[in-house]
Amino acid sequence: METGVSHEELVQAIHAATAEVFTTMLGLEAAPQPYYVENTAPQPSDGVVSLIGLAGRWVGTGSISCSVAFALKISSHLLMASFEAVNDEVLDAVAEVTNMIIGNVKTALEEKLGPLGLSIPTVIYGRNFTTRTIGNNEWVVAPFHCEGERMDVQVCLAPSRSENPVRPGFPNPHVVGTV
Amino acid sequence: MPLDVLIVDDSAAIRKILQRVLRQADIPVRQFLEAGDGAEALELMRTQSVGLVLSDINMPNMDGLELLGRIKANEAWKDIPVVMVTTEGSQAKVMEAVQLGAAGYVRKPFTAEQIKEKLSGLVGM
Repeated sequence: METGVSHEELVQAIHAATAEVFTTMLGLEAAPQPYYVENTAPQPSDGVVSLIGLAGRWVGTGSISCSVAFALKISSHLLMASFEAVNDEVLDAVAEVTNMIIGNVKTALEEKLGPLGLSIPTVIYGRNFTTRTIGNNEWVVAPFHCEGERMDVQVCLAPSRSENPVRPGFPNPHVVGTV
Repeated sequence: MPLDVLIVDDSAAIRKILQRVLRQADIPVRQFLEAGDGAEALELMRTQSVGLVLSDINMPNMDGLELLGRIKANEAWKDIPVVMVTTEGSQAKVMEAVQLGAAGYVRKPFTAEQIKEKLSGLVGM
């Protein structure tokens, strides 16, 4: 990441936000694993991916990806109901967990990056799909383990080149396709 | 006296969770009304009695701060307490909400205790 916030600071914000959301809203412990950096967003070939755009003097995307089984688990804990298949309630629950985690990361980063807008979450569910963000920006990937499952929280941020950069609701162009 | 509580959030999950939390907190509620954004909330308020509003900030069509401003600018609604329940934790947003007349500000994620503490003074518990 060019300047503004180091990988370690970003990961620290992701860890703090994820721990708070998991313990407060889900009653689960998410164990952070070593982070890594990739130039394209790593995505599972099956499962659920939730994306939120960030916009300000810095722009980018935050995302959460996990298996269907884990999406069902966090939805069940959030809504105190049992889910056996992905439906609108599950997708909404995953979107809200993403909104809370990335929203709190955003608040932590604003001290260094200035005001950031947050888009409405987009959730993708399916099989054999890939996602990519236009451009060559690097993604900081923070994996978590929870009850035998893995969830990745990923953030991609770069300085805005726009003269009028604050456009909440307009994340980086993002492409989804089947493989 | 039981309240008519309007919950405004684009997430159906959060609307459901807030209803559960208010029931657990023994907040006296006559009915819950739900809206997915500020514009829907204003439509509901034109036809329904509302005694308390819990509103998110980041929503499509009309955000929670515009909704708050419109409620406080309306003579019939200006005394209805509006509590913001949102991931927006920046000091600037909190100050904007306070200046517009928000009765409280709860940051997501929240505990049932935080909601109860924030609402108890407003609903006379």
